[in-house]
Amino acid sequence: MSKYSVFRLISEGLRGQTGWGRAWRDPDPKPAYDVIIIGGGGHGLASAYYLARTQGITNVAVLERGQIGLGNVGRNTTIVRSNYLFPENNLFYEKSLQLWEGLEQDLNFNVMMSQRGVINLYHSDSQRDAYARRGNSMRLNGIDAELLDREQVRAMVPILDFDNARFPIQGGLLQRRGGTARHDAVAWGLARGADRLGVDIIQNCEVTGIRRDGDRVVGVETTRGYIAAPKVGIAVAGHTSQVAAMAGIRLPVESHLLQAFVSESVKPVLDHVVTFGAGHFYISQSDKGGLVFGGGLDGYNSFSQRGTLPEAEHVISEGVAMIPMLSRLRVLRQWAGVMDMTFDGTPLICKTPVRGLYVNGGWCYGGFKAVPGSGWCFAHTIAKDEPHAFNAAMTIERFRDGAMVDEKGAGPFPWLH
Amino acid sequence: MLRINCPFCGIRDEAEFKFGGDASVKRPPADAGAEAFYLYAYERDNPKGWYVEWWHHVAGCRQWLKVVRHTVTHDIAQVAKAGDAVSVPQS
Repeated sequence: MSKYSVFRLISEGLRGQTGWGRAWRDPDPKPAYDVIIIGGGGHGLASAYYLARTQGITNVAVLERGQIGLGNVGRNTTIVRSNYLFPENNLFYEKSLQLWEGLEQDLNFNVMMSQRGVINLYHSDSQRDAYARRGNSMRLNGIDAELLDREQVRAMVPILDFDNARFPIQGGLLQRRGGTARHDAVAWGLARGADRLGVDIIQNCEVTGIRRDGDRVVGVETTRGYIAAPKVGIAVAGHTSQVAAMAGIRLPVESHLLQAFVSESVKPVLDHVVTFGAGHFYISQSDKGGLVFGGGLDGYNSFSQRGTLPEAEHVISEGVAMIPMLSRLRVLRQWAGVMDMTFDGTPLICKTPVRGLYVNGGWCYGGFKAVPGSGWCFAHTIAKDEPHAFNAAMTIERFRDGAMVDEKGAGPFPWLH
Repeated sequence: MLRINCPFCGIRDEAEFKFGGDASVKRPPADAGAEAFYLYAYERDNPKGWYVEWWHHVAGCRQWLKVVRHTVTHDIAQVAKAGDAVSVPQS
C-alpha cells in the first residue's frame, strides 16, 4: 500500500495498471483493541483516522455492518460549508472546513474538494437581515461570508428565476470557501488513510450487542464473534437509537428519510452550490454534469431508505420555482438516506451514561460537511475522555438542561421534524 | 405514497394527512417533575419496526388518528380513532 504520486501514476501506466493492489487491507478481527468504532461511514472512518493521526491510538478497529461507502456517506448531496449562526456550530463546522481544505494532502487521496462557493438566496427584507446577521456572526468568528445583492447573484448564477412572482430573489449570502467534495472518495480516502496508520477496517461485521461490566463497557458482540475494548465509539447515524439501545441508552433522536436526486448530465450551467431561501432546496452540478439536489424530510419516521413521491414532487417543485430550466430535465437517480434527527437540529458528539461508551450521531440533514471535524472531535473525546471545546455543547444532557443549540432560532420543541 | 384507511373517511392518500409523531408517549401529570417532562418531551424508542404514531387527517375529517405502521416496510397494520387502544404485531 504505497503512496499515490504522479511518478506512481506514470509507472503504473507503463505497466498496464497491474500493480495498484487494494487500497486498504481486509483483516479478520483481533480479540481485543484499545478502541472500537462501530460504523464504517464517514464519521466512523474519520474518527478512527484521527484517533491514529492526532491522538496516537492506532490499535483501533472500525466495525462496518456492510461494506465501506454503502451507507449515508454515499447517499448525500456532497455539500461542504460552515455558514452557521451560532458559535457552537460555526466554530465546529469551520474546524471541519479547515480540515477539508488540507484533507487531500493529509490523506494522499483525491477527494475532489471543490471550493466553488455556497450561496444561500434571500427573498425578502427580513430574510436579508437574518442572513446579514448570520454572515456577521461568521465573520466575527473568522469565517468568510459576503452578502450579495441581486445583481451580484445574477452575475454568478444567471439561470435562476429572479422575477419569480411569489419568491423574487433579492440576493444571497455567499461563503466562497464552501463547496462540494466527492463523497465516495472521502470514504475510500479515509479508509485507506486509517488503514495506513494501522487501523483495522473490518467489513461485513455487524455489532449485535454491547457488553457491559456494571457501568463500564468491556466490548461488543458481533456477527464475527466477541471483540473486547475498554472504549467503544458509536458512529452509526441513522441507526444511533438502535445501537445505543444495545447498551440500554435511550436518546432524543428520531430517524427520518431524506431524499436526494441526480438529473441527466448537461453542459455546465451551475458553478456554485445554491440554496433556495423560500423552502428547503439545495443544488449543485457534479463534474459529470448531473444536477445534484435535495430538499426536506419525507416527514415521518422511517428506516426504509426509500423516498416517497409526495416529497419528491415537493422538492422538484421548489427546484423549478428557483431554476425553471429544471422542468426540462429528467431525473436519472433518486434515493433516500436514514437521518438521525435530534430535537434541536444539532448533533451529538459526547460521552454517555455508560463509562467508555461514546456516541457520535444525530447529524440531521448535515453530516457530510462535518465528517473530518466530527472525526477529529470524536477522536479527542474518546482519547481524552472529555470533549474538545468545539463539541462541548453537543451533549445528550443539553436537552435535560435546556441548553439546546437551536440554530434556526425557532426554539426547540419536540416533533420539530 | 402511504394509503391510510381513515375510520371516518375510508382509504385516503398520505397527502391528505399530517404526521403527528410518536403516539406511545404519555404526557405526565403537571406535578411530575422536570425529569418526567424531559423523558416525555425528548427521549424516544425510535423503533425500527412497528411504530404507533399520530396522523392528523387535515384535508379530510380533521380527526387525529392512531396508526400502527412499520418503519421499514411502511406497511400499516391498524388505523384507529385517537382514543382507541391499538395492538402492535409481534413480528
